[in-house]
Amino acid sequence: MPIPIKDDEIDIVIGALHSDLTTFMDAWRPIFSRFHLIIVKDPDLKEELRIPEGFNLDVYKKLDIDHVVGTSTSIIFSGYSCRYFGYLVSRKKYIVSVDDDCLPAKDNKGFLVDAVAQHITNLTTPATPFFFNTLYDPFTEGADFVRGYPFSLRSGVTCALSCGLWHNLADYDAPTQALKPEERNSRYVDAVLTVPARTLMPISGINIAFNRDAVGPALLPCLRLAGEGKFRWETMEDIWSGMCVKVICDHLGLGVKTGIPYVWRNDRGDAIASLRKEWEGVKMMEDVVPFFQSLRLPQEATTAEDCVVEVANAVNEKLGPKDPMFARAAKAMLDWVKLWKSVGVSSYSPGA
Amino acid sequence: MAEPATATEAAAPAVALLKDELDIVIPTIRNLDFLEMWRPFFQPYHLIIVQDGDPTKTIRVPEGFDYELYNRNDINRILGPKASCISFKDSACRCFGYMVSKKKYIYTIDDDCFVAKDPSGKAINALEQHIKNLLSPSTPFFFNTLYDPFREGADFVRGYPFSLREGVSTAVSHGLWLNIPDYDAPTQLVKPLERNTRYVDAVMTIPKGTLFPMCGMNLAFDRQLIGPAMYFGLMGDGQPIGRYDDMWAGWCIKVICDHLGLGVKTGLPYIYHSKASNPFVNLRKEYKGIYWQEEIIPFFQQAVLPKDCTSVQKCYIELAKQVKEKLSKVDPYFDKLADAMVTWIEAWDELNPAGAAVPNGKAK
Repeated sequence: MPIPIKDDEIDIVIGALHSDLTTFMDAWRPIFSRFHLIIVKDPDLKEELRIPEGFNLDVYKKLDIDHVVGTSTSIIFSGYSCRYFGYLVSRKKYIVSVDDDCLPAKDNKGFLVDAVAQHITNLTTPATPFFFNTLYDPFTEGADFVRGYPFSLRSGVTCALSCGLWHNLADYDAPTQALKPEERNSRYVDAVLTVPARTLMPISGINIAFNRDAVGPALLPCLRLAGEGKFRWETMEDIWSGMCVKVICDHLGLGVKTGIPYVWRNDRGDAIASLRKEWEGVKMMEDVVPFFQSLRLPQEATTAEDCVVEVANAVNEKLGPKDPMFARAAKAMLDWVKLWKSVGVSSYSPGA
Repeated sequence: MAEPATATEAAAPAVALLKDELDIVIPTIRNLDFLEMWRPFFQPYHLIIVQDGDPTKTIRVPEGFDYELYNRNDINRILGPKASCISFKDSACRCFGYMVSKKKYIYTIDDDCFVAKDPSGKAINALEQHIKNLLSPSTPFFFNTLYDPFREGADFVRGYPFSLREGVSTAVSHGLWLNIPDYDAPTQLVKPLERNTRYVDAVMTIPKGTLFPMCGMNLAFDRQLIGPAMYFGLMGDGQPIGRYDDMWAGWCIKVICDHLGLGVKTGLPYIYHSKASNPFVNLRKEYKGIYWQEEIIPFFQQAVLPKDCTSVQKCYIELAKQVKEKLSKVDPYFDKLADAMVTWIEAWDELNPAGAAVPNGKAK
């Protein structure tokens, strides 16, 4: 049974890469309006934000970010990375974050998916990373552990991260979408499952939620591609962050779930144009994946902050020599931990 | 709300994929009436019926199926003293069918499993889906969040390294069940009315290094890639345990597949499981297994096969050695089981000389 939680334990964090959020907010209104929202405006966005009335929210812009973060950090909160500022200043236990070009999806019965409710259910029921359950999440209604599942593993562990999926424009990379320009994801896979321990995966930032108390500092805006842009095809920051989070969750004995909820992702951008502009990101995974697969953190690292520092040092040592981008990421990770310790945990309350 | 499809609803496919390369292995003690429901999908294929229990009983096979049938007398005749490794009075005896088959692929199904319907009401050709699963690569080294990237309408997601997109050969396709789910006895006792009505439209590769409970009710595999490891253990009559045959095979094949770089998929297809076995009977069979699995699972999770185990048989013999070394202390049963595992490989190699690895030494 999911732990009953109050609405005021949840923050919805939105990184605004578009100035006009009217359609977005109106579409999500039935689902978002109960909660407090943190909207972080991309510092590169010139136009004023347009946000409809009727929400309980705080908006942070370039001035706020500069004021809080100052110049002492190498972290750049621009583009998709702006949302991490929201993670930093939130004081809630659970955070749900979706891209501002996503709308509520419909499930296989035609009903609107309450993505927030599903994410919170995922986060408040145990994860089962040590043994695969063939009926997927055993804590879902109508399912259970199957024959052969060891009883000692049935209480599970805390789920720290919930990764949702996308209808319409799936989170493909530019080459894949360029090759299949008409392909849209319409399949509704009615399942959520725990990603097994020591199994890595690409964690997309488009539709995620996490337990900020458990892993807050492990979601980090630290890897910037040289040609990073304003389309997901032109970034890897979330994929990088996701590899860190998964390794850290595995080390700390926390769980990561993937599957429902779905969101509907609008058609946007041009895969071929993005591919022409930025393809380094695609190549970098060849080095990144083996690195994270072999990464083992020391037993003494018992908090998310400690773990991030360990990962950062390993990145600097093993990946730094391959590309300065990784050395910069490692530095940014150390800066992020410092920032988290000074801003992320204090009783600091930034003005809107 | 889940219902099985009727015989008239199932429509035979235009092309029966792999019809000369796949055998359907069915263990039974009752009758094979259920085959009527499967006729449009199964009739093109050769069946291997393994008759458990009383060999004097005649098992009625519906007209029009091409089959070979083995009862206990046949098993004893063919294997001689090695027949001791084949279980009696337990559906684990089905693995004899794997051994005598001459085909590349096996599909095994229980005789209380019927054709299921997908959410659109269409009858599911489980065999066809299993074949698709086996003929497309697996991706055990990195999890794809959109599940099987080789399915129509899906692909690898952003961040999936290109060097891993070719995948590896798929050795096993593990299907699921609507209606009566495959629960253990304690769960059945607590939730006697629970039915699986959720159709999860996904196939996925079980990641390397992760074990799973493999159910033999709706299972297909590449016999050439993994056949010798599909031994379903010593269960039933004269044995302290039952209902762990497929589980045991599943843990063995997963360790070996991980070692050899082969893939295991789970998910679609669904079949309709109609009969819930008696939970009290099940509890008695499973009882020891529920305790033992607490030791068995860590054993398999930590099992390491040496680099020179380059064939399935070598891997399996090595596993048998480790079972004897490490699990005998849990119960003398495992000592017997380890010996039976070796006997099984010897029998397999005798019946399948062309596929045998470098000859192994005699069992101790």
